[in-house]
Amino acid sequence: MTAHNEVAPSPTGPAGSVRIVFPIGMLGGWFPEETLSRALELGADAIAVDGGSTDSGPHYLGASTPKSARGAVKRDLRVMLVAARGAGIPVVVTSCGTSGTDAGVDWVADIAREIAAEEGLSFRLARIYSELSRETVLEALAAGRIDPLEPADALTAEVVESCSRIVGLMGHEPITDALAAGADLVLTGRATDTSSVAAIALGRGIAAGPAWHAAKTVECGSQCTTEPLGGGVLVEVDDEGFTIHPLNDTAAATPMTVAAHMLYENADPFRMREPAGTLDTSAAVYTAVTDRVTRVVGSIFEEAAQATIKLEGAALRGYETISLVGIRDPHILAHMDEWLDRFVTLGLGPRVRSSLGLEPDAYEVELRAYGHNAVLGDLEPAHDATDIPREVGVLLRIRAADQATATAIAKVANPIMLHLPLEGMTHLPSYAFATSPAEIERGASYEFVLQHAIRVDDERDLFRTEFEEVAP
Amino acid sequence: MSTRPLDEVADLVRAKNAGPFWLTLDVFLPTDEAYERVCASGVVDPVVVGGLYRTPPEKVRIFRQPTLRVIKISFPRPAVQGTLADRDMHSGQQHVLLASVPVPDALPESVG
Repeated sequence: MTAHNEVAPSPTGPAGSVRIVFPIGMLGGWFPEETLSRALELGADAIAVDGGSTDSGPHYLGASTPKSARGAVKRDLRVMLVAARGAGIPVVVTSCGTSGTDAGVDWVADIAREIAAEEGLSFRLARIYSELSRETVLEALAAGRIDPLEPADALTAEVVESCSRIVGLMGHEPITDALAAGADLVLTGRATDTSSVAAIALGRGIAAGPAWHAAKTVECGSQCTTEPLGGGVLVEVDDEGFTIHPLNDTAAATPMTVAAHMLYENADPFRMREPAGTLDTSAAVYTAVTDRVTRVVGSIFEEAAQATIKLEGAALRGYETISLVGIRDPHILAHMDEWLDRFVTLGLGPRVRSSLGLEPDAYEVELRAYGHNAVLGDLEPAHDATDIPREVGVLLRIRAADQATATAIAKVANPIMLHLPLEGMTHLPSYAFATSPAEIERGASYEFVLQHAIRVDDERDLFRTEFEEVAP
Repeated sequence: MSTRPLDEVADLVRAKNAGPFWLTLDVFLPTDEAYERVCASGVVDPVVVGGLYRTPPEKVRIFRQPTLRVIKISFPRPAVQGTLADRDMHSGQQHVLLASVPVPDALPESVG
């Protein structure tokens, strides 16, 4: 018996199940084409994939630009659309353009239209937008409908007004509606990682416990298997539970790998809040069906009395310029902490004041000594004093109100980075700059500032859906 | 009592963001016996964990999953993800501090 036959038909799935393929953790991450041909052989009813995350930082939301290369997104979407149109099944892509801003949805929609023209495809496209204006959020705040989520404080109007962009994380309802209205391709703004798979399953009338737990399990594709980088998964969901089938011959979904994924990027391993309620997996039972396929039953979804929509917002905090210098001289490396202290206290502050007329509160300085303590900083445990690194890369980060000022400060810092001696040295050392010019302008610098949720009467309230017939 | 670092006892110790405001650590143990020894160590003590990460112990949430032989620890990120003060965008290297916590080589003998 081949691996294909082993999983089709499912030995466990009762009638009325839905089969969803999740090829990769992020659109543009690349997956083998055979992932989808195999999933279709297994009777896939829909394709779902996530197009975004906050995990790469606040820049993508603040600047409303995607993390993934356009060509990589187009390649993955082309493979999915060609397969899906051939089989007549829908595709759902959530959190388009990394942050799920309106521009992110439009960016992926534009790519989809291009693919339709090139491949001769026709389909009904639904675009679901989730970007929120500051005014909308301020109104909700004034109405007392916004609550902080731990560890945030109560929201203030000032914080809302500081946001360059705000998105709400949609749940399943807008996506289920779009599919019910005949959408072949659903492209959404920011959504919870689980909303695509849950929406497909709930739209087929599947019970909420298995639907949401299945969705959480496959939201990173193969990560719930023994080969996190391999080939995607097919999940078969029914009213009693769900079954995970890896789409790669050598990967296995074991009770351990499937259960462990509930831990991933989740603060609480048993409970996960969604707009409509809370998934509770504390009573879930994970059983091996074969040595490669695992079945899960016993998951519960507690419907919330009040639907809530979590917010994400990024605020502009200034502009950043960086430079990088290497230190290889063991005489300096033996005294790195002293060198770093001298840089800021003796070197930079007085020179910036006298040259640029700026007090220390007008700019921010971060020195990161890679090879010494850049990653852990003050948390770094004490080292043996005789343990000297081979070399250290010192990254200077300057942030100021505008780019020109940040760069000017970095230029004032340049001769210090080039030559700063230790106390008592009678010659001027020179260190190893990586680039010319040494200063690299990083542009706008954003920070996440919202960890709050809006109480809504209906979880569709904050989102807008547009339908479109796409033809070659 | 002799000890060795968690790193040498566990199959895997990992760290990751749980959203921009939380850090989460997962410890996977190979056997029930190893799991019990870790549960008798500072790994499950909020004061020890809070000390390593300069976080108030009352903010440290510790979850035990004996059936999976997993311990999960979550607390608010010491610096919010992507701020100028943040040193690890994905929190992916923050496990090394927990991995150094000593774990007893044997379970304490039960009294009586």
